[in-house]
Amino acid sequence: MTPTVTRITADGIYKQFHVRRVLKGISFTVEKGQSVVITGPNGSGKSTLIKILSGLLRPSKGTVQYFNGNSPRQPTELLPAIGLVSPYLQLYPDLTAKEHLEFFGKMRGISQPFQKGLQLMAQFGLKGREADLIKTYSSGMLQRMKYVLALLHQPAVLFVDEPSANLDEEGKETVYALIREYKHDHIVILATNEPQEIQLGDIRVDVTAQ
Amino acid sequence: MWTLLRNSMLVFRKDFRLEFRSRFALNAIGLFAVISLSAISFSIGALRVKPPILSALLWVVIFFSAMSGLAHIFVREEEQQTADTLRLLTQPVTVFLGKWLFNVILLLALEIVIVPLFVIFLDVSGINWGTFIPVIILGSVALSTISTIIAAIIAQTSNRGALFAVLTFPLAVPVLRSAIQGSWTALEGGGLTACISDLQILFSFSVVIFTASILLFDFIWRR
Repeated sequence: MTPTVTRITADGIYKQFHVRRVLKGISFTVEKGQSVVITGPNGSGKSTLIKILSGLLRPSKGTVQYFNGNSPRQPTELLPAIGLVSPYLQLYPDLTAKEHLEFFGKMRGISQPFQKGLQLMAQFGLKGREADLIKTYSSGMLQRMKYVLALLHQPAVLFVDEPSANLDEEGKETVYALIREYKHDHIVILATNEPQEIQLGDIRVDVTAQ
Repeated sequence: MWTLLRNSMLVFRKDFRLEFRSRFALNAIGLFAVISLSAISFSIGALRVKPPILSALLWVVIFFSAMSGLAHIFVREEEQQTADTLRLLTQPVTVFLGKWLFNVILLLALEIVIVPLFVIFLDVSGINWGTFIPVIILGSVALSTISTIIAAIIAQTSNRGALFAVLTFPLAVPVLRSAIQGSWTALEGGGLTACISDLQILFSFSVVIFTASILLFDFIWRR
């Protein structure tokens, strides 16, 4: 069962790569039912902040805490609560979509992940491609498949880095509608500079303004 | 505990499926072993080589064959940028267990080919198989365990190829010493009791490295 997260608190997040300081004291709180949009120019640290918030990267200083009630937890303790769509998060080229659904689903303890995944694949316009190897997918189809896999376990927190990357107009509309609906019962955190996508966020965090 | 074992098996099955389709490590290790055994066979010619030399040659072939392919299990995840995907899916210990199991089975499977070729190419006779097989199995498990944790470290560096053998060798010295000694005894027809101390070292070393790897892997795997 997917764990519940009611609040995420980022407190004084710093990140330094060798001598280059990328993030300088980012702080914010987001509650269930809200969305955050992270903005900033290219190379300013949006993706780095997403990685830190999702537990993929340790901050140089500061803390990220997930709450369900009053007990704080680290992101790495709540991996089943996290879904992430990102250009740097790749799928296995030599596995089929069906094999991805089964691998991701079983890892997260979902029963019959393929049946659940098929519904999501149909929603994202990938119906009939489940037996194909991922390396035969176009970049747009790959992005759609990343959404399918990120949403398969209905995560309490959905991170999306560059939501519309490689998507056509129809794909963008599907994703925007999904984010609008998903944020009602979950926490959604986006990283983008697209004006249309910035409007999807309730809270705006500018990584250069801290 | 059940979830940990289930997820480890899922990682193992995923890697097995990927290897079955690409055959990268299988080809690298298999071809290296066949070519090096052929080269040794041609170099030696009709000479009758004594068991100490034969034993050392066998483990040199096994060690460098392992070096040519066992790092791939982690290097592939970093090169294809799927390591972060795996980091988000499961706890580090399950990743280590799945990949360790894969490397152990891969090396043992290849030895089913390497050992008969060694016997044929170098015209080996008089082996006590009851001693030889446990030495090969325990030596390979120890070598795979060392290779797996070192592969996890070097996968995150840029100079992967050279570093793997350089970092693995110092740790593998006790394994190679005991494995060569044990195989030597077996090639001379000695029984298990004659090389029990070598088997104990191989087993103990595997347990120590495996335990240390489990404890350290979280620091290596998480960035």
